[in-house]
Order: sequence, then C-alpha cells, then structure tokens
Amino acid sequence: MRNRTIYLLLLPGALFLTIFMVIPILLTIGSTFFNEGSFSFEGYLHYFQDKYFIGILLTTLRVSLVTTFICILLGFPVAYYISKVGTRTKVLLLLLSIFPLLTSSVVRSFSWMIIIGKNGVLNKLLLSIGLIEEPLNILYTPTAIIIGLVHLFLPLIIITLIGVLENMDEDLLTAAESLGASRLGVFTKVVLPLSMPGLVIGSILVFVGSFTAYTTPALLGGKQRVISTFLYQNATTLNDWHTAAIVATIMIVITLLVTIIMNQIAYKINPKG
Amino acid sequence: MKQKNRGLAVFTFLVFVFLLGPLLIISVTSFEGGSVLKFPIETFSFKWYENIFKVNMFLTSFKTSIIVSLAGNLLALILGIPAAYALSRFDFKGKSVLNAVFISPILIPGIVLGFTFLRYIVTTYHFPIYTGLFIGHTIIMLPFVIRVISSSLSTFDFSIEEAAHSLGASKIGTFFQVVLPNIKSGIIAAVMIAFLESFNNVDISVFMTGPGVSTFPIQMLTYVETYFDPTIAAISVMLMIITAFFMFIVERLMGLSYFTKR
Repeated sequence: MRNRTIYLLLLPGALFLTIFMVIPILLTIGSTFFNEGSFSFEGYLHYFQDKYFIGILLTTLRVSLVTTFICILLGFPVAYYISKVGTRTKVLLLLLSIFPLLTSSVVRSFSWMIIIGKNGVLNKLLLSIGLIEEPLNILYTPTAIIIGLVHLFLPLIIITLIGVLENMDEDLLTAAESLGASRLGVFTKVVLPLSMPGLVIGSILVFVGSFTAYTTPALLGGKQRVISTFLYQNATTLNDWHTAAIVATIMIVITLLVTIIMNQIAYKINPKG
Repeated sequence: MKQKNRGLAVFTFLVFVFLLGPLLIISVTSFEGGSVLKFPIETFSFKWYENIFKVNMFLTSFKTSIIVSLAGNLLALILGIPAAYALSRFDFKGKSVLNAVFISPILIPGIVLGFTFLRYIVTTYHFPIYTGLFIGHTIIMLPFVIRVISSSLSTFDFSIEEAAHSLGASKIGTFFQVVLPNIKSGIIAAVMIAFLESFNNVDISVFMTGPGVSTFPIQMLTYVETYFDPTIAAISVMLMIITAFFMFIVERLMGLSYFTKR
C-alpha cells in the first residue's frame, strides 16, 4: 500500500522523462548501428578513419584538457584563499564567483569578442605600450575557445573546491607544521590529498562542460569546429541525421567514460571521500 | 605566513579581474554613443537601450522565452515536487535507478539533448516547435527543481508530518498544509534557479527555431552574427541586473551553501 503511494508520486515525472528523453536517446543511439536497414558498425568505422572528424575530436579533447588544467591552476589557490579569509570577505568573494556562473553564456562569451578581437581592448593595449607591432590574431582560434571556456568554468571549480577546503580540519595543518613539515610539505602531504575529491569532481565538471560546450566555441571559434558545433552543423545545416546521431553517441560515451573513470580514481585515492 | 597570504591575495585579485573584467567592459560599452562597439567609449548615450525595444525579434523572442520558462517551470514543479518528496522521504526498491533518471538531464550533453528533442519530439512525435521548446525546457529544469527541493526537504523534520497525520489529517491534507509551507523558501529558490537555467539555455533552444519562434539567447546569437553594435552590450547589462536580483533572493532563501555543495 505504501509502496503504491511512492510509485504514484514518482510516476508522472518518470513517465514524462521516459517518453520525451530516455526513449529518444535510446532510439538515437540505436539508429547509429543501422545502415540502410541492416545492422553494422560501418558508421563508426567510417568516422574513426575520417581525418577531418578525428581532427575535430582531438582538438575538442585538447581544448577541454588545457581548459581543465588552467582552471585547476588558477582555481585552487583562489579557493584556498577564499576558504581562509574572514566571513564577510568570504561571502563577498563567493557572491562574485557565483554571479558569473549564473550569467548568460552568450553574454560572457560575447564580452571576450570585444576584448580579443582584432581591434579589441587587448590588442589596443598591447600596441599602445609597444609590446607588439602587429595586432594578435586570437579571436576565432582554439586559444580563444580556451580563454572563453576558462572564463566560463573557473567559478565552478572555485566554488566546488571551497566546499571541500572549508571542511578541512585546521588542526591537521597546525599539527603537520608543528611536527616539522615545511610549508610545501604541508601542502603536498596534507592539503592536496585531502582536497583530491573536490579536485576530481571539479575537474569532471570542467572537462565534461568544456567538451560539450556549444555557445563559447560557436561565438569565439569562428571556422574552428569542435564536436558540439560539428553535431549542430550536421543536424541542422547539412541535415545529415545519421552523422549527427553518431557524433551524439560518441559524445555520450566519452562524457560517461570520463565521469566513471575519474570517480573511480577519486575513490581509489580517498575511499572515504 | 603573512607574506604568503599577501601573494595569494594579489593572485586572487587578479583572477577576479579576469572573471569580472569582461563583464565590466561590456557594461561600459553599452553606453557608447556611436554605432560601433568599442572600449573605452567616445560619447555617452542611452540610445542602445532604447534600441532593444525597437528591434522586433528581441521583443517577440523575449516573450517566447518568458512563456516557455514560466510554463516549463510550472510543469517541472508539478512533476518534480512529488518526486523529490518520494526520493527524500522513503526508501524503496529501485530508488537509485529512479534518482539517476531524474538527474540524467544534467549528465547528458545539452547539445545531444537538443538534437534528440528536435529529431523525436518535433519530427517524429509531430509536436509544434513551441511545444517542443516547452517540453525540452521542462526536462532541463527538472533536475534543478528536484535538487533544490530535496536539499530543502533534507532539513525538514518528517515527524511533524506524522504528528499531523496521527491527529487525524489526511495524507494529502498533511502534504499541502504541513510539508509544502515548510519548504516554501526551497520552492521559490528552485523556481529562480530553474528559471535562470532555462532562460539562459542555448543548447536545447538552438535546435528549436522556426518561423516566428525562437528564444531570446538564440536571437542574441543571430544578432551578433550580423551586427557589432552596442545593442547586445545593453541587453547584457539588463540580463546581468536580473541575474544579480535572482542571486540575492536565492542567497536570502537558501544561503550560499546551496552553490558550494556538489
């Protein structure tokens, strides 16, 4: 009797998601294994031999990896600082981190077009102080995509790490120091291992987010395709749904694999985390 | 220690310049008097703010976005509140599977969702584009609604519900008169977070465009492809004001812990 109530509460939402999301996703994945009515892996074999597609896939993976590294390098010290300052500064800095996160990605990517464009703020500044002779071509390159993605996801890794660093027992650090550990020693032997779970979760969020991002590469990438803009182009402009479905499946598999493997690593490092 | 902290403080300051600088620059450029976006501005005017209300595609798509986000939000609440309640209140067979299903719209890449919605909801199921937008946005809002309301329910003492029940209140009556009023602030926070998520969405909406139907962010993208005038900067400022307003309300209702928890 009680069980019936529970399932009745869950049924409408579960049914809605099944009809409009789960079944369409499964049908999309299933459709990639059929070519003119017969079962085959041909679609995948074709794309994994296609230099153009492999190039796009590798560029996307490289861009996501670099973005994740930069986000960790910039985000970790900032999160560490925020977790140590007084409450009022902390609240202010947290609000300033959350605000960009909630702001439209179109606005945030567009703001970089004003800065790194050929006649943009950055070039004007560098030219006027004589650091460069010719304006830099940053906009519409993979570098532009990386800058935009770091800007997009840095707040995410900062606030994820703050959550972990705040829970770290201050006494552990004092203990390590009083037992003679150097500052670097405290960091590598105590702070870093204890923040691993947060670092892994944050890295998954940034990597997967960068790998699947559409708006930033669409605005800042120009002709440089990444996997999501390639999917969009095939699904709409080229009307090639078979290719789009294959790309969609590859994206699902890669994001799931990365998430599962990274979670396993996090569990191995810190089973309690 | 002090010395090290100063270095860290400078580093943090520079990172925040990187994070907020672009938003500041785009805000300043919105007041440019000329017709080309530039920084610093040469003359001052409000004319690009006026221009937003003169461009038809912004007005209609703004209406579309508001309607889709509000209607989708309502449906996400109707589907999500009972589900969040069942998932936080009871232990039952298949709970982890159902939990995964309700959170899955966040785990699947947005651009993949958008493509499958176009292919199945619009093309195979033959729903009009407007309805497709409504369904798609409901789906992406559901995980946020469930997450915020679950976290609100996690601090709710269910023994109050049992007390009301043992005093003779019906199950449904208890839910509406005891549970719902207690999670009111969680519901408002859920509405605001889900609204921002839906209103700013590009990945789903970019596939759902048709004659006269398109959402606001998609029109912004289209506009940027052809024009490089300060209209988008003016729109950005207005969106940032709305975002800040929503953020402060969520902060008042839930505190900042909602954002730092993963």
